Amino acid sequence: MNSTLFEKSHNGRSGINIPKQGLADAPSLDSSLLRSAKAELPELSEFDVVRHFTRLSNKNFSIDANFYPLGSCTMKYNPKIQERVGGLEGLANLHPHHITNNKTSLVQGALKSLKILEDNLKEITGMKAFTLTPQAGAHGEMTGVMMIGAYHKKKGNNKRYVIVPDSSHGTNPATAAMVDYDVITVKSNKDGSMDLESFKDAMSEEVAAVMMTVPNTLGLFNPAIKEICDIAHAHDALMYYDGANMNAIMGVIRPGDIGFDVIHLNLHKTFATPHGGGGPGAGPVGVGERLIEFLPDLTVDFNEEGYFFGTPSQYTIGKVSPFFGNYMVLVKALVYMQTLGREGMINASRKAVLNANYILSKLKDHFDAPFKQYCMHECVLSAETLTKEHGVRAMDIAKYLLDFGLHAPTVYFPLIVKESIMIEPTETENIDTIDYFCQKMIDAVELAKNDAEAFKTLPITLPISRPDETKAARSLNIRWQA
Amino acid sequence: MPYTPHTQNDVQRMCAQIGIKDETELFQSIPNELRAKSFDLEEGLSEFEVFENFKNLASQNDTSKISFLGGGYYDHIIPTAVDALSTRSEFYTAYTPYQAEASQGTLQALYEYQTMICNLTGMEATNASMYDGGTAIAEAALMAVRISKKRKKIIVDSGVNPIYIKILKTYLAYHDLEVISLEVKHDGTDKETLLSMIDESIAGYIFQNPNFFGSIEDYSEIIKALHNVKAVAIMSSYPIALGILKSAGEIDADIYCGDGQSLGNYLGFGGPSFGILACKEKYIRNLPGRIVGITEDRVGKRSYVLTLQAREQHIRRDKATSNICSNQNLMALRATIFLSLLGKEGFEKLALQNYNKSEYLKTEIAKIDSIKIYNQNPTFNEFVIELPISATQFIDKMEEKGFFAGLKLETLLENFQNRVLVSTTEKRTKAQIDSFVASVREII
Repeated sequence: MNSTLFEKSHNGRSGINIPKQGLADAPSLDSSLLRSAKAELPELSEFDVVRHFTRLSNKNFSIDANFYPLGSCTMKYNPKIQERVGGLEGLANLHPHHITNNKTSLVQGALKSLKILEDNLKEITGMKAFTLTPQAGAHGEMTGVMMIGAYHKKKGNNKRYVIVPDSSHGTNPATAAMVDYDVITVKSNKDGSMDLESFKDAMSEEVAAVMMTVPNTLGLFNPAIKEICDIAHAHDALMYYDGANMNAIMGVIRPGDIGFDVIHLNLHKTFATPHGGGGPGAGPVGVGERLIEFLPDLTVDFNEEGYFFGTPSQYTIGKVSPFFGNYMVLVKALVYMQTLGREGMINASRKAVLNANYILSKLKDHFDAPFKQYCMHECVLSAETLTKEHGVRAMDIAKYLLDFGLHAPTVYFPLIVKESIMIEPTETENIDTIDYFCQKMIDAVELAKNDAEAFKTLPITLPISRPDETKAARSLNIRWQA
Repeated sequence: MPYTPHTQNDVQRMCAQIGIKDETELFQSIPNELRAKSFDLEEGLSEFEVFENFKNLASQNDTSKISFLGGGYYDHIIPTAVDALSTRSEFYTAYTPYQAEASQGTLQALYEYQTMICNLTGMEATNASMYDGGTAIAEAALMAVRISKKRKKIIVDSGVNPIYIKILKTYLAYHDLEVISLEVKHDGTDKETLLSMIDESIAGYIFQNPNFFGSIEDYSEIIKALHNVKAVAIMSSYPIALGILKSAGEIDADIYCGDGQSLGNYLGFGGPSFGILACKEKYIRNLPGRIVGITEDRVGKRSYVLTLQAREQHIRRDKATSNICSNQNLMALRATIFLSLLGKEGFEKLALQNYNKSEYLKTEIAKIDSIKIYNQNPTFNEFVIELPISATQFIDKMEEKGFFAGLKLETLLENFQNRVLVSTTEKRTKAQIDSFVASVREII
C-alpha cells in the first residue's frame, strides 16, 4: 500500500551495470576523509524501479490525461515536438563551461537560438531588452525587482516601499521582501481593479515600484493602467508587470507600449513548456530603457562574425543563475513560438478568452459571480452562497470534480473573493471537454442542495481520499526511517 | 490553427451562448490607445520545418569531442530508464501537487527524493529541490542569517565554485549584510586565517568539499569553532563525491547545498539542473521551498502531502522564508530514479571509479616534465594542472586533437593564469585517458 522504494529494497539487488573501470584502483584516501558507511539507497532491479515509477505515474493527474481549469496557471497542452527537439544531441549534451572558456565557436547554434528567442520576446512584449537567465517566474520577479533596486541606488533615490494590489500573486510581496522592500497593499474596488484613489494615497516619493498583474488575477483588464503608470513615473517609481497572465493578451496589448519598465514571463504558462509536476519553468525578464544597464550578467550579442557573449555593464545586478537559466526550457518555448507564429499567437489569446467567457456565461447563474462583465482568459466565481446555505465550500466543489477526472480549479485565490473558484480553461481545450466540466460544476450545485453531507467523503475514486494535513505538519515525517 | 481545436461551428455556438457576434468583442474593455503598436513576428511553421530548424541549430554546437570538462557540470552516465520514466507524461505534464489526491505519484517520488538526499548528505531535513547549486547557496546564507538571529556577516571560502559566489553576492546585495571572502591558501582553505575571523558576529561560513579545484579537506575542527560561537556551517559539494566522502552530517555541518545535474540530468548548456538544500531538523522552519510529508487520509491510508506550507509565499506572502514558488521537480524526479537504479552499492562504486580514473589521469599527466599538478591536497574527480603555455593555447590545441581539455581558471579567478581544471568521470575509458595524456605530451 503506497510502499516506498525503501520498503521494496533487497540487499544485493542492483539496477545498473556501471562501465568497466579497466585500470587498477588508486591508493585509498585517508580514512579521516571517507564516510563511515555507505549511503542508504534502496537496492532494486531495473524492472523494480520501472514498475515502481510507472505505478506512481498512474497516481497523477496530468494535462495529457485531464482537464486542468486552474486559474492563473495556464495549463495548456504541451506539444510533443518539444521533447523531440529537447533530445537533440547538440543541445542536450552541450557543456555550459564553453561559456566560461569563451569558446563561442562551439556554441553558435545555442547562442543563435537564444538571440531569436530574445527578439521574439521583445516583439511580443514591446520591451527593449531581455535577460533569459531567471529559472522560474518568481526568480524572474526577483531579478526584476533587483534591477529596480539597482536603478534607485544608482540615482541615489531613497525608496522603501513596493506597492502591490490585494489581488496579487503571493510571489509579488514575497519577492519585494527578498529585495528588502516593505510592502504596501492597495485594495481593489468593486470592479476588481486596484482602487485608483487608494493607489494615489499610497503613492509617495518613497515608493520604489508598483507591481501589477495584467489582466489582474480576477481575469479583468484595468483600463486605468496607463494613468497608474503615469502617476508612478511622476514619483520615479517603476512599473512592474507580472506576466503570469500573458496568455490573455498576445497581440492585443504590449506592456512596453503602455509604459511598463519591467516584465517577467512564465514560459511554462504562456509558451506551453511542460510543468514537470512543479518545475522546471523559465522566467525571462524584459526591460525598458531605464533598466537596460542593470541587466544580469550573461547576454548574447551578434556581429558579422557571429554570436558572442555580451559584456555586462558596470551597473549589472550580477549573476542570478549560473549560465542561461533553464536553457532547455527556453528551447522548448521557442519551438512553440515558431510553430504558432504571429497568427497562431493572436489566435491562442482570442480562443483562451473565448473559452473562459463561455464558461462564465454557462456558470454565472449557478454560482455567485462577483464580476459579471466579460473576463479575459480566466473567470472568478464564488461558492459563498452555497457555503452559507448548504455548508458546501469551494474546496468541496474542487474535490467533487476530481472524481470525474477533472482537476480542481484554483480555490481560495485571489484572496479578495470569499470562497473563490478561479477557472482558466486555456485555448487548447475543446468545447466538449468544457461542456462536460460545466455540467459537472452544475451537478455539484444540485448535489449541494440535495445532499451536502455527501461532499465530506469526496473524492472516492482516487488513490487516496482527503488527507489529514494537520497531522502531516504536527507529526512530521519527511523521510523514510526504517 | 495549431493546438486550438475550435471549428467555425464551435466558435459560433460559443459566441451565441455568450451573447456576442464575434470573439473580438470580448476585448472591448481595452481602450484603443493601449492596443499593441506592433506584433511583427514570423509566420507559423509546420512541425517538420521547426524540427529542421532546430536540427540545424543543434549542428552548429559542438558536442563531438572527448570531454574532460567539469567544474560543477559533469558528463556522467544516464541510464535509459531515467529518460523512459521521467518523460512519462503523467509526470511530465502534471501540475504542482497542491491537490494531493490527484498527485500521489509526484508527491511519493518527492518523499523518496527527500529520503535519499538526507541519507546521502547525513542531514535530517530537505526540501523538494531548489533551482540550482548556486541559488541553493544563496538561500542557505539567508537561512544562516535567520538562524543566527540576524547576524550580518557571511564568510565564503574562495574554494566555493566562483559562479555560485557571484550568485550569492547578487542575492545578498539588497540586505544589510556583509559577504567576507576567505582567499584560498594555495588549493585549500586558509584555516589559520579563518579561525581568527570566527567570532560572535559571524552568521555562517560557506565552504565546498571537494572544493572548486577538486581538493578534499577535513573541516571538523572548523565546524567545532563555528558552533562554539553559534555560527552556522554551510557545506556545498558535488553530490557524486558523497558516494565515498564524509557527509555533511558526519562532520556536523548545519546546512548542505549542492547541484543535482550529475544525478541523472543532461548538461543542456547549463540547465535545467536542480539545487539541493538540506539541513538539521531543528532548522526546518527556516528552510525555503516545498516539503513533502506523510500523513493519513480519512480512512487511515498512507498519504503524501505538501506540508509546513506556512513557510511559503502563497500563504505568508511578504513574511515567507523565500519567494521561491516552484521546485525543479522533473530534475529531482530524474535524480530519484537515477539513485534508485544505482542503489547503495552502485553509487559507491560509481564514486570510487570517478576517483580511481582521476587518480590514474593525475599520475600519468604528472609524468610530463613541464606540467605540474597544482593541488597539494588529495583530490576526488578533478584537479588543476599548471602549464608552460597559456590556458587558451592549451585548450585550443587540445580541441584540434579531439578533446575538450578542461576549464580555464583565469576567467573566474585572478592569479590563475596557465592553470586548467581537468575532470574525469566513469565515462572516460583508460584508452581515452591515455590518448588525452599522449596528446598533451605532443602539444606541450
